[in-house]
This record gives sequence, C-alpha cells and structure tokens, in this order.
Amino acid sequence: MQFGIFTVGDVTPDPTNGSTPSEHERIKAMVAIALKAEEVGLDVFATGEHHNPPFVPSSPTTMLGYIAAQTKRLILSTSTTLITTNDPVKIAEDFAMLQHLADGRVDLMLGRGNTGPVYPWFGQDIRQGIPLAIENYALLHQLWRTDVVDWEGQFRTPLQGFTSTPRPLEGVPPFVWHGSIRSPEIAEQAAYYGDGFFANNIFWPKDHFIRLIDLYRRRFAHYGHGTPEQAIVGLGGQVFLHKNSQDAVRQFRPYFDNAPVYGHGPSLEEFTEQTPLTVGSPQEVIDKTLTFRESFGDYQRQLFLMDHAGLPLKTVLEQLDLLGAEVIPVLRREFAAARPAEVPDGPTHPALTARAAANNGSRPTRDFGHDTATAERTDADTKR
Amino acid sequence: MQPLYLVAVTAGMSQPSSTRLLADRLTDAAQRQLAHTGRPAEVRVIELRDLATAIAQNMVTGFPSTALREAIEAVTRADGLIAVTPVFTASYSGLFKSFFDVLDNEALVDKPVLIAATGGTARHSLVLDHALRPLFSYLRAAVVPTGVYAASEDWGTAGDDRTDGLATRIERAAGQLARLAAGTAPQPRQKTEEVVPFAEQLAAIRGS
Repeated sequence: MQFGIFTVGDVTPDPTNGSTPSEHERIKAMVAIALKAEEVGLDVFATGEHHNPPFVPSSPTTMLGYIAAQTKRLILSTSTTLITTNDPVKIAEDFAMLQHLADGRVDLMLGRGNTGPVYPWFGQDIRQGIPLAIENYALLHQLWRTDVVDWEGQFRTPLQGFTSTPRPLEGVPPFVWHGSIRSPEIAEQAAYYGDGFFANNIFWPKDHFIRLIDLYRRRFAHYGHGTPEQAIVGLGGQVFLHKNSQDAVRQFRPYFDNAPVYGHGPSLEEFTEQTPLTVGSPQEVIDKTLTFRESFGDYQRQLFLMDHAGLPLKTVLEQLDLLGAEVIPVLRREFAAARPAEVPDGPTHPALTARAAANNGSRPTRDFGHDTATAERTDADTKR
Repeated sequence: MQPLYLVAVTAGMSQPSSTRLLADRLTDAAQRQLAHTGRPAEVRVIELRDLATAIAQNMVTGFPSTALREAIEAVTRADGLIAVTPVFTASYSGLFKSFFDVLDNEALVDKPVLIAATGGTARHSLVLDHALRPLFSYLRAAVVPTGVYAASEDWGTAGDDRTDGLATRIERAAGQLARLAAGTAPQPRQKTEEVVPFAEQLAAIRGS
C-alpha cells in the first residue's frame, strides 16, 4: 500500500487573514510540501496540471524533475496529466525523460480535465473528450512499447517512422493510472490495458465510486489481467488533523467554508458525513480511512489532499508531520494485515521491471499491456 | 397489475400553497381516471420547498444529498410526472428550474408530463407555453397538450361561455396524462452501469 499526497496547486487567499501567496511563493511551497512528504515517510507526491489562474502547475514534469533531484524515495506522479489536450508524443517524451532522471520513481495519472476553455486553447473540442482520451492514450501506450511507430489517427498529424526518445527506463514504461469522476468509459479503458484506476472521491458520496470501481475490477478480470481483487485501485481522500478533534474542526472551518470547490455549500458536518473528508484527531482519520477498504476492497494507493483552500504552508507542513507520525504507520500496519497475499502491492518501477522480465524472458521491453490485436476480443459481459 | 407511479413536483412557497392545492387536484384526477380504467396508481408529491437547501448545495458540490437523491430517483422512475410551479417574475420559479437543472438530462426522456402553474391573475397564463413547455421539450419529455393554469380567481369561478372552469381543465389534462402514462408504462429504467466495450470505442474512432 502506498500513501501520498496530491495537490491541485491553487493560489487561494487565506480566508483567516486575506493574504494571498504569490505564484512564486506557491510554487516553492509545493516543492517544500513534496520534500516534507518524503521526510515524514510518505510514498507519493502528485501534482495537478492546470492552464488557467489561480492555478500554478502548468508544467508538471519541470516541477517533478526539480523535486526528483532533491528526494531519494518519493514516487513522483500527477493528478492529473491532461490526455485530451496534451500531445501524447510530448507526454511520452517528457515522462520518459523524467523517469530516467528520477531513476524510475515516476508514474502518472491521466485525466480529461474539467476546465472547458482549455480544450479550445489547445486546439481541441471538449465534445470529443472521451475519444481524445482513448485515441491519445492508445498512441502514448504504443510510443512507450514500440521503438519505431507508424501512426494515423483522428486528432494529431500522422507519424511515420517515429521513435519517442528517450526510450523508457530499462524498457519499462511509467505506470499509468486513469482518473475519472464519472465516466465508465475511462474505467473500461483502464481495465482493458490492465492499468490502474484512480477514483478521486473527495467531493462525492462513495456509492457513485463503488459502482465505478466495481465496473473497473470486473472488466480488469474480463480482460485477463487477474482477479477483480487484483486490479490496481487508487483513492483520493482529504483530511485535516489536530490532536484534539474539536480544535481540528475549529481551525479548518474557515478554510472549508470558503474553499473554492465546495465552499458556501453544505456545512462541514454535512460534508464530512457524505464524503471522505475527515476533520478530526489522528484516530478519527485512521478509522475513516480504514472504512475505504470496506467500501472499495483492498487497494494500492491512498492520496490525501492537504494543501488547498488557502491553508498556509506552515500549517500544511505541520499537518504532514502529524499525518506521517501518527496516521500512516498505523494505516500501513492495518492495511498490510488485512490484505490477502494475492493482492498486489502499489506499483513501483522495480516491481514492474521484475514482472516484465518474468513475463517476457529476456525481452522485458515488449508488451507489458495489450496491443491492437486484442481489440478483436469479443465482449459478452459488458452489461451487469 | 403493478400500480402506475405518478409523481407530482410542486414548487409552491407558502404552507399551504395554491400550487400544492393544484398539484393535489391534478394527481387526484389522474389517479381517479386511471382507477376507472382498472389501473391503480400510486402517488407521490414532492415539495421542492423542503429540498430548497439541498438543491442549492447540489449546484455547489455537484452531488445530491440523500433526500434530494431520493426525490430525483422518484421523478426518474415515475410513469407520469405532474410539474406545478408558481409564476415568479414572468416565468417558473427559480427553485422549480433549479430542481430540473440538477436532474440528469436524460431523466425525463419520453416521460408523460403534465405542466401546470399558478399565479395571481390570468395575465400570466401563457407562461405554460412560453416557459414550461420549452423546458420539458428540451428534456425530451412527452408533454400532454393541455396545461393547467390557475389564477386566484379560478378558485372561485366556474368558467364562462368562452373559458372552461378550472375543474374541467384539470379533468381534461389529467385524462390526457392518465391515457399517456397507462399506454407507455411501465418502463423500468435500468440503473446498471452500461459500458461500451473498449474495442468498440477504439474502432469507432478509427472508423470515423
């Protein structure tokens, strides 16, 4: 089980004093938060990608490369990388480069993005969101697995004799998660390739995500990647901690009430009841997080949102200290004790390399997932 | 025979409201006319006033509270819908519109719908055809031809040579809804997660 944090990278005024960090301060704060994540024993730091104010992280691999140079253990990831509006060729190149620089400590989460104008800004049509995600990823998948690619599709210029460089580290591409909030098509895509599926369930009640994850697990097994229980699932979460539960609520409430995403809507109490948000003592966070396993099954990666809504850097760092010292060790122990032996651990480069070598003998560079031949497979159980 | 499920959505503000009164008259009439043809009907009335905060919160967060979700599910699986709003500022009320804004935009496809409105004077009666009917047309509902508008004076008059009284209009509209609902129902809407197999998704892009 991997634990980490994911950040949106918003520049939001602190509602308790009105101060707003500069873009420079926010970017440096994100780096400080990532370094802190490693220091307190977390496994993953993931950054969002945005192309409009008030968000700063437009160039994730630049930031992650800088963090890679200052860390030793931390897996660097995204939440999400826009598979719709980025050129899949550039994603293949950027993340392979980052993978080499970080000695394999890289994976990525693909998403479609939720900001309408980004599509036209990058020359795309939002109504083609799902087809873009499907075709662009098919190309990305191929670019990392085939040395010389001929390609023709709907959404970018054709490629003849193209080689994406650098080639993935040791011939093993970065692990890919597919993130989705509402689209069964994306759960199906993740299942087809045997990739991970990440449910960012932080804003919505869990029933909805139980359905999506069940679909992904069922289809993962259908495509022959293992049992439903062996599918690779990641979940979002959101916590604010204090030794004393009431102090946690008192400190977090102004940030909650004014948060850009859900502020001025339901009360903190209603929201914590309906969504994974936990505001309370370390024990309450432990208890709530353990319920995710009961709802979604054994899973591989838990990411927490810790640094949004104008929370000052100092507070976020204190939160991470508490999380790392009092929550994560207990969660590691409890999740490990509950997990059956046949359920895989969170994906890492060494594990994927070993698996690729085992699957392909002396040629670990080929076919970690599916190729186009599998597209002819028939489907009997697409409907429940 | 399984009873038909009729749901009335009423956006009246006061308690009691003439909007609710009209909704009740319409559901009673529809239920009675169905009973005459041997079709029992179960009736559910949803007061949007009780859900006002939940509807606003759904707008902000993107997901419904438990009570609102239950109301949305009732409307979605109804065999016939009776939608009644007071006239506010030349149209349906904002709360009425907000409820239909948080419904899935496929929830009312082919659903028999009776539209009705209340107002202080008869001068607003075309709100049925200028505001409500286009809203439900957009949602691809099957709106019955007769809409019922009740001005305050309608509750105390019996109509005249040129205008049917409220009771007559209620009976006519309810009859149209009852016949449509009985003819098209029951249509259990599956709640399963349907997914297009990946190979088909890929082939659709490659083939286009």
